[in-house]
Amino acid sequence: MTNSAKAENALELTDLSVAYRVAGRNRAVLRNLSLTIGQGEAYGLVGESGCGKSTVALTVVRYLPRNGSITGGAISLDGQNVMKLDAEALRRARAESVSMVYQDPGKALNPSIRVGRQLTEIFELGGVSGRAATDRAIAMLNRVRISDPVSVMQRYPHQLSGGMQQRVAIAMALANDPSMLILDEPTTGLDATVEAEVLDLIAQLSQELSASILFISHNLAVVSNMCDRVGVLYAGMLVEEGPTEVVFNDPRHPYTVALLRCLPRGGQRKDQGRLDTIPGFLPGIEADIKGCAFADRCALADDRCRSELPPLYDLGGRLSRCFHHDKAQALPRATPSDVAPAPKPAAAPVLRVAGLNKTYASHGHALRAVKDVSLDLRPGETLGLVGESGSGKTTFARLLLGLVPPDDGGTIELEGKALAPRLENRSDDQIKAMQIVFQNPDSALNRSHSIRHLIGRALKRLAGLSGKALEARLNDLVRSVRLTDRHLAVKPRQLSGGLKQRVAIARAFAGDPRIVVCDEPTSALDVSVQAAILNLLADLQSKEDVSYIFISHDLAVVRYLSDNIAVLYLGRIMELGPSEDVFSGPHHPYTEALLSAVPKLDQTETARIRLDGEIPSATNPPSGCVFHTRCPRKIGPICEQQEPPLSEAQPGHSIRCHIPYAELARLQKAVVAEPA
Amino acid sequence: MSAVQTSSPTPDDTRRRGPLAEVFYSLLRSRTFLVGFAIVLFWVACALLGEHFAPYDPLADDIINALAPPSSEHWFGTDQIGRDVFSRVIVGSRDILTVAPLATLLATVAGTALGLLTGYFRGLVDDVVSRILEAFMAIPVVIVALLAIVALGTSKTTVIVVIGLSFAPIIARTVRSAVLAERELDYVAAAQLRHESALHTMFVEILPNVIPPILVETTVRLGYAIFAVATLSFMGFGIQPPSPDWGLSISNNYGMIGGGFWWTVLFDALAIASLVIGVNLAADGVHGALND
Repeated sequence: MTNSAKAENALELTDLSVAYRVAGRNRAVLRNLSLTIGQGEAYGLVGESGCGKSTVALTVVRYLPRNGSITGGAISLDGQNVMKLDAEALRRARAESVSMVYQDPGKALNPSIRVGRQLTEIFELGGVSGRAATDRAIAMLNRVRISDPVSVMQRYPHQLSGGMQQRVAIAMALANDPSMLILDEPTTGLDATVEAEVLDLIAQLSQELSASILFISHNLAVVSNMCDRVGVLYAGMLVEEGPTEVVFNDPRHPYTVALLRCLPRGGQRKDQGRLDTIPGFLPGIEADIKGCAFADRCALADDRCRSELPPLYDLGGRLSRCFHHDKAQALPRATPSDVAPAPKPAAAPVLRVAGLNKTYASHGHALRAVKDVSLDLRPGETLGLVGESGSGKTTFARLLLGLVPPDDGGTIELEGKALAPRLENRSDDQIKAMQIVFQNPDSALNRSHSIRHLIGRALKRLAGLSGKALEARLNDLVRSVRLTDRHLAVKPRQLSGGLKQRVAIARAFAGDPRIVVCDEPTSALDVSVQAAILNLLADLQSKEDVSYIFISHDLAVVRYLSDNIAVLYLGRIMELGPSEDVFSGPHHPYTEALLSAVPKLDQTETARIRLDGEIPSATNPPSGCVFHTRCPRKIGPICEQQEPPLSEAQPGHSIRCHIPYAELARLQKAVVAEPA
Repeated sequence: MSAVQTSSPTPDDTRRRGPLAEVFYSLLRSRTFLVGFAIVLFWVACALLGEHFAPYDPLADDIINALAPPSSEHWFGTDQIGRDVFSRVIVGSRDILTVAPLATLLATVAGTALGLLTGYFRGLVDDVVSRILEAFMAIPVVIVALLAIVALGTSKTTVIVVIGLSFAPIIARTVRSAVLAERELDYVAAAQLRHESALHTMFVEILPNVIPPILVETTVRLGYAIFAVATLSFMGFGIQPPSPDWGLSISNNYGMIGGGFWWTVLFDALAIASLVIGVNLAADGVHGALND
């Protein structure tokens, strides 16, 4: 294993098949998968959850769980056949030539050992010890742009933020100078701003180092920014492969076409049409697949597709496993785009919030989770709440619902009547008027109860129904969220994530609410399922004239559904205005940075604004403008001394910044025009 | 509304077993559980049907044959008034197998209610009730039993109440910690957003989800309860003569060991030990099955 004789390819999988043994039978997870990653190449593997992406990563180093086995094919890592390695050689290969970075850095690091010790251990395994190992560890942390490595080495993993933890995990992965780096959803749990930083880091490192990269992600935009070539995986089979821009701009497999259509792109909004969806489900691992695995969900499929497995057609530098690869882009929409005309928003706001504050006591310090928030919400409108984690979005939602009482002084008015701060003191009419769809349906749906009970109970309590009337309404409601009778008898765990979220939506709509708070309702879902849920929310809104408060870290999703946007930072509104104005700008420097952090599929945007570091602690917020510590457009001492007011720059569009609106417009226009 | 949104979705995996069925099957695979359960089942059968297959009347004395060593006629020998030890051991499981499970049941019901209350309301309720329970746990069972018996007189009910109430705080503590975790889940917030009563939220929403830890704690407590009943009987505060109860028999006969009449004590002692071991093995099995 010397570097002198490098094999041509860093990784070669040939006809690889992997099966998991479930209930006494082998279930195919990977089917005849072949792919090659050249030296120094970054290869992206995309697909929905359950299609076998992570199994590929585990198989490369033979880390399969006990019930998994390689049933055929070959793996060649840097020229050596991984299948033939004995235990010791395998251990050396894992230690020296391959490194992995997983999704959750909190779990990859040992919580009870200091970061420095975990890092030096790797060098000691390589034969470096004592002072030298410490020096190497510091150098490594410097390399992953950790500015204060000596003090970071002294800390335990839980004392670092998620982004820092992932940098440490990357440093550990790079410590032994691997020839192959496997990144399995490395930024999925991180905020967009932190994700952007980590991705920048990986991109820079991959240029400095010779390592080849296998990058696994469900996020098409991330892969398109990071990788030279991309493979699309479906039901354990490679369905399309090629250079990244080619595949994403000119897909030749209906699955890729459909996946790309599920994403809200190019500033698409709910009143401009519904998102496309992919009907049906990924075949389960017990399914016996004849012909094309995607045929059941593909509108282009004919009898041949269902009976005969399509070969991987070589289309000149790219591959597609489809008989109809030439007309894949003519795939008919699964969901018609047309929308009902949006009802004209009435003038009187349904919800009016004025001067809302929430202060928690944290170790003797006051933690101001929400500070002086005022806004209006009109019937049938959606207010999008955006901001990094820790910006107070969820706390604000809980204040509205009365789950947490606000500080004295602020007011919440629902249809002109003041709401009691505490849930217990609100009337039944008031509680049913405001409901929520939680982020995580596993937590929000009681796992002991059947779907019928979950929705039925909500109808009984919120709509006051019983007996026949309840049955009838239950059936209507279930149909309106596009579930069927078969789903009613089962418990939540028997449903997929998307179906669970439909149940949660049905429950929220049980009492004909005026306002529904949606707290990251699609963040745990695949893009095709996300599109269906977003369509459902948009349809229900145009039918029921309900208002949404929509919280999400995904700006494209917020943009699709929102009429107005509030940008929160450290519990304060930094910018508030109509969705189009906030997105098209001129906007607050923080909004600008958030937008810039979003990985984009269309690589048109060139200007990049990166925020340094993490969101400051709310127990000790910066003086003056709270954003000044990270602001790329800070103008001087005034930012540190005086908190700018939230002032109306244009009718309905307010920005909390010392820089005058015209000046912001000039600065931001300059950035867009500047070539990078 | 567009009807062709998605083709009719199906439940992901309806063939998957329910959680209870899964626990049941994993119990059947656990050798620990099966061995323990077989021992317990044996003693339950003895308690229910022992009279029919015991060779002698366990209460009938036979002074002429007093203190006879084990023989083909009296497999386990006879005691100081000539009662057949084998018959007494078989029938002797009856009282302990009524009192100990009932005491455990009482402890589980009271402990679950207290645990739900303290875990759900937290704050002042939790502080006050938890401190009282801790004070209660600090007093040895024997002293409580003594006081109760002086006040109420000896009876099975007294034993059940004393053991049940002294085990309740331990179960309450386990339930409380499980409830504290459940309470943070969003379904509890969803219940509050329907203005559900506290009772409904505690017993209909949270309780079904904390059954597994309660089940484990109950089976473990049953082992301790058997032990406690035997101890109290041995000390004379528990089951009263003329019952052929094991603890009571040991208490009546242990003075005879010095004279070489070991059979009057040994078999009763082995019976208690086997029942406790059986219950503990079964409890281990339940714990394993629920924590897979």
